[in-house]
Amino acid sequence: MSENKGFMAWIDARYPATQVWNEHLADYYAPKNFNFWYFFGSLAMLMLVNQILTGVWLAMSYKPDATLAFGSVEYIMRDVEWGWLIRYMHSTGASFFFIVIYLHMFRGLLYGSYRKPRELLWVIGVVLYVLMMATAFMGYLLPWGQMSYWGAQVIVNLFSTVPFVGEELGIFIRGDFVISDATLNRFFALHFLLPFLLCAVVFIHIVALHKVGSNNPDGIEIKKGPKGNKWSDTAPADGIPFHPYYSVKDIAGIIGFLILFSAALFFAPEMGGFFIEHPNFEPANPLKTPEHIAPVWYFTPFYAILRAVPSIAGSAFPGVVAMGAAIVVMFFLPWLDKSPVKSIRYKGPIYKIALAVFVVCFVILGYLGVQPATPGKTLLAQICSVIYFAFFLLMPWYSKIDKTKPVPERVTQ
Amino acid sequence: MKKLIIAFVMAVVPTFGMAAGGGINLDSADIDLGDQASLQRGAKLFVNSCLSCHSAQYQRYNRMAKDLGMSEEEVKANLMFTTDKIGDTMKVAMKPEDAAAWFGTLPPDLSVIARSRGVDWLYTYLRGFYVDENRPFGVNNIVFPDVGMPHVFWEQQGMQKAIFKDVDGKQVFDSFELVSKGTMSTEEFDGTMRDLTAFLSYIGEPIQMERKALGVKVIIFLLFFFVVAIMLKKEYWKDVH
Repeated sequence: MSENKGFMAWIDARYPATQVWNEHLADYYAPKNFNFWYFFGSLAMLMLVNQILTGVWLAMSYKPDATLAFGSVEYIMRDVEWGWLIRYMHSTGASFFFIVIYLHMFRGLLYGSYRKPRELLWVIGVVLYVLMMATAFMGYLLPWGQMSYWGAQVIVNLFSTVPFVGEELGIFIRGDFVISDATLNRFFALHFLLPFLLCAVVFIHIVALHKVGSNNPDGIEIKKGPKGNKWSDTAPADGIPFHPYYSVKDIAGIIGFLILFSAALFFAPEMGGFFIEHPNFEPANPLKTPEHIAPVWYFTPFYAILRAVPSIAGSAFPGVVAMGAAIVVMFFLPWLDKSPVKSIRYKGPIYKIALAVFVVCFVILGYLGVQPATPGKTLLAQICSVIYFAFFLLMPWYSKIDKTKPVPERVTQ
Repeated sequence: MKKLIIAFVMAVVPTFGMAAGGGINLDSADIDLGDQASLQRGAKLFVNSCLSCHSAQYQRYNRMAKDLGMSEEEVKANLMFTTDKIGDTMKVAMKPEDAAAWFGTLPPDLSVIARSRGVDWLYTYLRGFYVDENRPFGVNNIVFPDVGMPHVFWEQQGMQKAIFKDVDGKQVFDSFELVSKGTMSTEEFDGTMRDLTAFLSYIGEPIQMERKALGVKVIIFLLFFFVVAIMLKKEYWKDVH
């Protein structure tokens, strides 16, 4: 690294600009064998930026008022210059953000990216996921359509099932006895605030990542391997500088992703009622309950788990606990996996089958969450819920007895 | 591995259509938003027959003029009855209290009705009124049971009765039978309702045609950019391999 002269030298004497650039990009060595699954981290950042930028511009014309909110969204869609595009980038973007995050998390499951020394990285990631869900939930109220209103009603009522303090808790969240103008106002305020908190935690997520270094499809610690490559004598032999190699690769990934995103955005922004639900084109009406209330697709697996648990003494609280546990259990994943290897490439058949069954169950739960409950579907949801928890809770046992393959010394291409 | 990818693709690409209304099979509206003549006929029908009770409070007259290929003078002269300002939205003259008293419920705003109900539902609904002496206006609707709306187009369509058949002890709708002829043949009336449905779809999202046209351009640009990005990546990665 040559010493900078002139302007950059002046800056570097006062702020570690070049140092940060090098430590995190130009001299940051990432394993050279990243595959398709490693695009979703940068894509998630792209979607976060998309949501914040489009969100700020939407806020310039949106009115967080129960009598004006619905109309202001239509105003954005019709009268604001390019408002329709900004709005669809935001609404379609929310769903794509979740698609990207689910794939990013799945990558972690495939290659054991949560294993030592990345436990904290994974835990911070789950915090991000929870923050994202909170942000999305509050954002969904803002168009003030029927599904916004009744979806929020159902979810806030979940908090009201908590024994002893539930009633008060529900009122505390809504700021009223029902979802109302007061709720809309506070949800708007929080929907604007949380993304900045999300940014801060993303920063911490990346700091944690750069401390331990990226995992890779082989689950090999390149920092423990031999040293020396064509860029540096001290860097891991299997590492390549993040910039320019992964920055150019991520550009290609981003463009490929944008093609899919544009296809949805321009040709199916409602995605058949999954990204924007049809009843949401009817203004919120507190006196008229829709026939069937379903949360947006990215919440439905957990909603299905909630409904799968029978009420005890007329209280849905056990279901709420199960739903909460379904998310909380993710925090413990790093300590549940006892396999001697990280990556699915070297894990045995038991883990492969367990993961496949888990994914299928998660998808089925997602499907069941948008469907009206019938006895048959509830039974299926119960079976899938049990499998969901079994995947995590039985992992210490099945990951230990599973046959594994020997892990090579160096990464494979 | 492949299976897992497929499972995830299945999870993120929903293919479900819109829920049907009341278990009745909806007829396909088969509208063509590129057909401006059809949209103009629909607009005329809308302002003459619907706008006396239903508003479209987010749709502006001048926007409609521009999008449907009409001059502002034409719209002012032929299609505006409740206002003389071309930049106004399609408000309704009727007072909400009166409306609620007459129909038992407030006629809904129709700006985004095509987006909440779907075009097939609207097309079936508009053609689905049948004689029912138990209702205040003497008609009921096959996809919207006990609807408060009268059969506005009875002169054109004529009156029809619904024939139900017995399936496992339940009365299931089978077909309609015309009891008095209207001024239009069934085909003519279907075509007219298709025009109206197309117009409702248009006001639901005035930008939709432009949106798709822009989408094609954006994707062509991105495909080109994608090729360049892949070539750039390959060039850089020569060092790595």
